[in-house]
Amino acid sequence: MMVNEPSAVQPSATPDDPARVAEFEARIARGESIEPKDWMPERYRKQLTRMMSQHAHSEIVGMLPEGNWITRAPNLRRKMALIAKVQDEAGHGLYIYCGTETLGTDRQELVQQLLDGKAKYSSIFNYPTLTWADIGCIGWFVDGAAIVNQTMLAKASYGPYARAMVRICKEENFHKRQGYEIMATLANGTPEQRAMAQDAVNRWWWPSLMMFGPHDAESSNSEELVRWGVKKKGNDELRQRFVNLTVAQATAINLTLPDPALQYNEQTENWDFGPIDWDEFWRVVKGDGPCNRERLAARRDAHAAGEWVRVAAAAYAAKQQRSATEAA
Amino acid sequence: MPDQPTSPTNGTDATSPADSQWPLWEVFLQPPKGEAHEHAGSVHAVSAEQALQNARDVYARRGEAVSIWVVPSASITASTPDDMGPFFDPGNDKPYRHPQFYKVPRGVRVF
Amino acid sequence: MPISAQPGFVSYLLRLGDDRLVLGHRLSEWCGHGPILEEDIALANVALDLVGEATLLLKLAGETESAGRNEDALAYFRDSTEYRNALIAELPKGDFGFTIVRQFFFSVFSLLQMQALQRSSNAELAGIAAKAVKEAKYHVRHSAQWVVTLGDGTEESHARAQAAVDELWRYTGELFLTDAVEQEVASAGLGVDASTLAEPWHAQVEEILRRATLTVPPVSYMQRGGRDGRHTEHLGHMLSEMQIVARSHPGATW
Repeated sequence: MMVNEPSAVQPSATPDDPARVAEFEARIARGESIEPKDWMPERYRKQLTRMMSQHAHSEIVGMLPEGNWITRAPNLRRKMALIAKVQDEAGHGLYIYCGTETLGTDRQELVQQLLDGKAKYSSIFNYPTLTWADIGCIGWFVDGAAIVNQTMLAKASYGPYARAMVRICKEENFHKRQGYEIMATLANGTPEQRAMAQDAVNRWWWPSLMMFGPHDAESSNSEELVRWGVKKKGNDELRQRFVNLTVAQATAINLTLPDPALQYNEQTENWDFGPIDWDEFWRVVKGDGPCNRERLAARRDAHAAGEWVRVAAAAYAAKQQRSATEAA
Repeated sequence: MPDQPTSPTNGTDATSPADSQWPLWEVFLQPPKGEAHEHAGSVHAVSAEQALQNARDVYARRGEAVSIWVVPSASITASTPDDMGPFFDPGNDKPYRHPQFYKVPRGVRVF
Repeated sequence: MPISAQPGFVSYLLRLGDDRLVLGHRLSEWCGHGPILEEDIALANVALDLVGEATLLLKLAGETESAGRNEDALAYFRDSTEYRNALIAELPKGDFGFTIVRQFFFSVFSLLQMQALQRSSNAELAGIAAKAVKEAKYHVRHSAQWVVTLGDGTEESHARAQAAVDELWRYTGELFLTDAVEQEVASAGLGVDASTLAEPWHAQVEEILRRATLTVPPVSYMQRGGRDGRHTEHLGHMLSEMQIVARSHPGATW
């Protein structure tokens, strides 16, 4: 799950050699892949580390709202699909953390930044999952939005990031489909199930549009990331693509997207949509979403409760190594 | 059930290492059709056995592999970008190493 | 009356299925809360294996019973008194040490049981067992590795692992109880009498506990009741959560 939320990165103290920067940008322009040991501008390294770790954190925090329904999934097939999906998110977080580590920051430090509240993650996960329909809606909207983003990121200029995205896109195909299948089933179900589905759509639609981040004009990072080939497209273009794809899907299962301004524009061949509530967006980014505190608390609890396990494993391995050395 | 040990210690006794996310290992998978092992990604683990298990659970959840190699990331020696020219360019101007270099009479199938 | 329609066989299949469903459910509670990412993924894999096995076993139970109940009806519309799992499966997940020790105790049992059931005269059960054996082998490998690691890790991990062994030991006896159901399926060649698995289980478990520097608790009274539907207080709470959505919308499809 992608985030495009700005957080200022300070320019590095020593400016990079302009000739090397020019050479680097020429490589990107030629479509070459940047690899861990290649020279790169410090700011490219920092921006990528920030963006990739935010992405990884989003996968990990994203396990919580959906994990909330694993124990209540309404049948065995759904239960298994949901466990597998939440597990995939752990895997995706893991792949992206590993990719981020190749930039020189280890996972311990990245995780600590999240736990200390210094790193951001996608704000969508600060919304609560209130009914079973939310699980369908997250798969449909949130994973749908993520796929739009990640398909683009699979062509990112940084090799380890792009390769992680290729693997993730391949695995994530099932996420959106399982979500949409849940919604289609509910929409065709009892009146209560239908109402549950529509209510979830009403609550998740706008936050899903916010996932793509602020308008490009107001996004401090967007332009630079596009120039460096980390992002290939701007936030607004991706958001529009998501809206265009989703409208027909909603119509097909008779659910209504909660936007009276939604209208097809013959000229642009896009679906025009109403204004996004950016006050809400910034409020949630800054910590006052419905579940910001719960999400961080859950991560901190798991980390703290797991410390003795991590330490014990390392201690056991060290003992084994010592006795192997002594035996040799 | 007990969430607390009977005699709690803080896990920082003299012999305990500091908390960490464990060392990094590189994972190589062999796909089911007999191709060569290919780099899949990395995992964190404290031992080779644990690295193998973690690699299996993380990278082979969908039947992607019939064999897994794990190698401590620190054990890998890689060529550097500075090597790029001298290392690889000399391989680019030896056309006689490629079959297209050799002409055969029209209409003859060599193999 | 076909051989598989023997009434004991349905009860037996419910025991097999319920053990794995309840334990898989407990394990799935870790999803997103594990001690490290790699382990979060590993535990979810084991949970998926168990719920998958349970699904097949309950499906077979429903078909054998021929009363129109499928695997979901059996999972979601039976009360706790109708569940037939061993008590050890339903205890709350506890800390990671408790979860691992329970997983280890059950996996060794499950591997022995499923190895024997590969020879069941019921071809479907034999097929399920063949799949489960592969899964259980890995579950044993994974959990045994962790039991040794925690037992022989730090002072704290040793204490926690020992506390888990001590707490769980009194629930292990029930796994090997024999009764009319076990004997009926065993003599019909459909199942295996669980009491025959006790000896190899003890040998394997005690060997790993020894390597883990953990102590086998003295023999004490063994808790029982699950096979007859007399459970701990925990199962009712677990089921009320698991079944809430399905039961709130009777007749709905999902």
